Amino acid sequence: MKHAQPSAATRHMLTFGALAALVLFLFTAEKFADGYQIQILNLIAVNTILALSLNLIYGFTGMFSLGHAGFMAIGAYTCAILIMPVGQKEMLFLLEEAYPIIQNSQTPFFVAVLLGGIMAAIAGILIGFPVIRLGGDYLGIATLGFAEIIRIVATNIPRVTNGALGFKGIPDFATIWWNYGWLLITIYFITRVVNSNFGNTLKAIRDDETAAQSMGINVFGHKMASFTMGAFFAGIGGALMASLVTTIDPKMFLFILTFNILMIVVAGGLGSITGSIIGGIGITALLEWLRVVENPMTFGDFTINGIPGMRMLVFSLALVIIILFKQEGIMGMREFSWSWFLGLFKKSPPKKNKEVR
Amino acid sequence: MSSSMFVQHMLNGLTLGSLYALIAIGYTMVYGILRLINFAHGEVFMLAAYFVYWGITLFNLPWVIALLCAVGLTCVMGIGIDQVAYKPLRDAPRISALISAIGVSFFLQNFAVVVFGAIPREVYRPEWLENVILWGDIRILPLTIVVPAMSIALMLGLLYIVYRTKAGLGMRAISKDIETSRLMGVKVNRVIALTFCIGSALAAASGIMWSLRYPQIQPIMGVIPGFKAFIAAVFGGIGSIQGAVIGGTLLGFMEIMIVAFFPDLAGYRDAFAFILLIVILLIKPTGLMGEKLEDKI
Repeated sequence: MKHAQPSAATRHMLTFGALAALVLFLFTAEKFADGYQIQILNLIAVNTILALSLNLIYGFTGMFSLGHAGFMAIGAYTCAILIMPVGQKEMLFLLEEAYPIIQNSQTPFFVAVLLGGIMAAIAGILIGFPVIRLGGDYLGIATLGFAEIIRIVATNIPRVTNGALGFKGIPDFATIWWNYGWLLITIYFITRVVNSNFGNTLKAIRDDETAAQSMGINVFGHKMASFTMGAFFAGIGGALMASLVTTIDPKMFLFILTFNILMIVVAGGLGSITGSIIGGIGITALLEWLRVVENPMTFGDFTINGIPGMRMLVFSLALVIIILFKQEGIMGMREFSWSWFLGLFKKSPPKKNKEVR
Repeated sequence: MSSSMFVQHMLNGLTLGSLYALIAIGYTMVYGILRLINFAHGEVFMLAAYFVYWGITLFNLPWVIALLCAVGLTCVMGIGIDQVAYKPLRDAPRISALISAIGVSFFLQNFAVVVFGAIPREVYRPEWLENVILWGDIRILPLTIVVPAMSIALMLGLLYIVYRTKAGLGMRAISKDIETSRLMGVKVNRVIALTFCIGSALAAASGIMWSLRYPQIQPIMGVIPGFKAFIAAVFGGIGSIQGAVIGGTLLGFMEIMIVAFFPDLAGYRDAFAFILLIVILLIKPTGLMGEKLEDKI
């Protein structure tokens, strides 16, 4: 499937055009869409950021990590603490007074989100350092344990996290522009990482760790770097999520949250950035659409009561079906490229002219 | 702490520990043979408790019959899960089967929510289990004796199957080398099905006793015991049945004792098992009794 390579200038023009189209779309959406639709658009952006970060860890480096909910929790709490006005925090911490540093710190939204990512990255280093040497499923279960520990700790340090009550009324700074801005930063950064020489090394480790090691690659160092970057963006996603849903508590960061993100990555295709974006859009929309199943339905004279649990039932069934019948997901490891895109519009060349390379 | 309190805690620890041990055996057997963390195992545990509840309230079965039916149904379910969700992935990368297992786990949880409802339900307890036995100033629930005794009986039965029967020989052979076993004429698929059957039956026994000991059932009741039993299996040395028993019992003891001696840490009770897991994986990944499992390349 080789297509004529468009020139660099053409590609840049096209990228610029696509960005302009996105901005135009978001602008229109902000003007005309209702609150619910905008919320879904926002969720798509945040979920895609989270999926990309997990894809970097699992899809590109081959580390099966189930700790995303933990990183998100750290990002979310950091951001919530930093953007809430001092007076509001005084009202919030009813049962136990917050530590002065928690009480009095306040930063602009951008800084808060960034710090959320940095705190998650630090947690990533701390947890990654001991557990990253573990292979395969053991790494998965250890990171899952880490996420659970974070959640339990968050319940038990009320002077920082307000305990089981969590935060309510977090300022809703996460507009569509912030979310899509961070999404573009994430896409740009991860694409650059994955296509760099460093990224090739990660893929080499994923494909055969022993071989990579014997080629003199510092496997541990590369894995750590990838894990930390993934944790950083998971923290960013969590921070944006906190401001988007305006309420957080430890119950929000159960394993199911990691499962949803894993689902996006697997459905989109492990090791495909395009796949994660498509998966982020598709799965988020699907999850919202599935809420319909849980609401009461009326067909003419019949009324079916809403069935709680149906949404996740269908959703988990979908994951099992994907993993059984289409393991590579929608995109496999393929990526979107302009040359492929332009190729769609050209008449497919007759077979004899097929390029032989 | 008075000595009677201490004995009380010991008994509680033993009860909890033997329940963990029964679940842990299922994890360790499946992992030993397929190198798969059967995430859905905790849900099998939960469904068994619901089956009993269903049998009694819906079909008016006598208690004992309901128990037997529940165990039977759970065995069928264990085999079914393997056939549907794991068997097609035997040759796929190991993580694919693990993801499938996670999917099945959530599926069953939500299946229970859809069918049984998310509200916790009260479980029927026969009267002879309610009478408290007083021994000095120690109050003993009959269950604190029944549960460990039952667990020990089941484990002895299991050891008999694994070490004295042909099917057990097949299991041990497969856990060493699946391909060679197949070549030597072991009916691999049948033995794997049997493994899931036995593991599920033990989880069912544990689930039913759990629901008697802590008499409330709900769809998420299998999650935390499931994780902890897996941790117990790793702690004892995954792949080893004796290890799972020892790991489960120790974990139960430690949990009860930590809460008893350091009441301040009660909130961290669930975190303790996970911390233990990470520590074990770092210091001695093969666990207390485990041999090193070869990675299948």
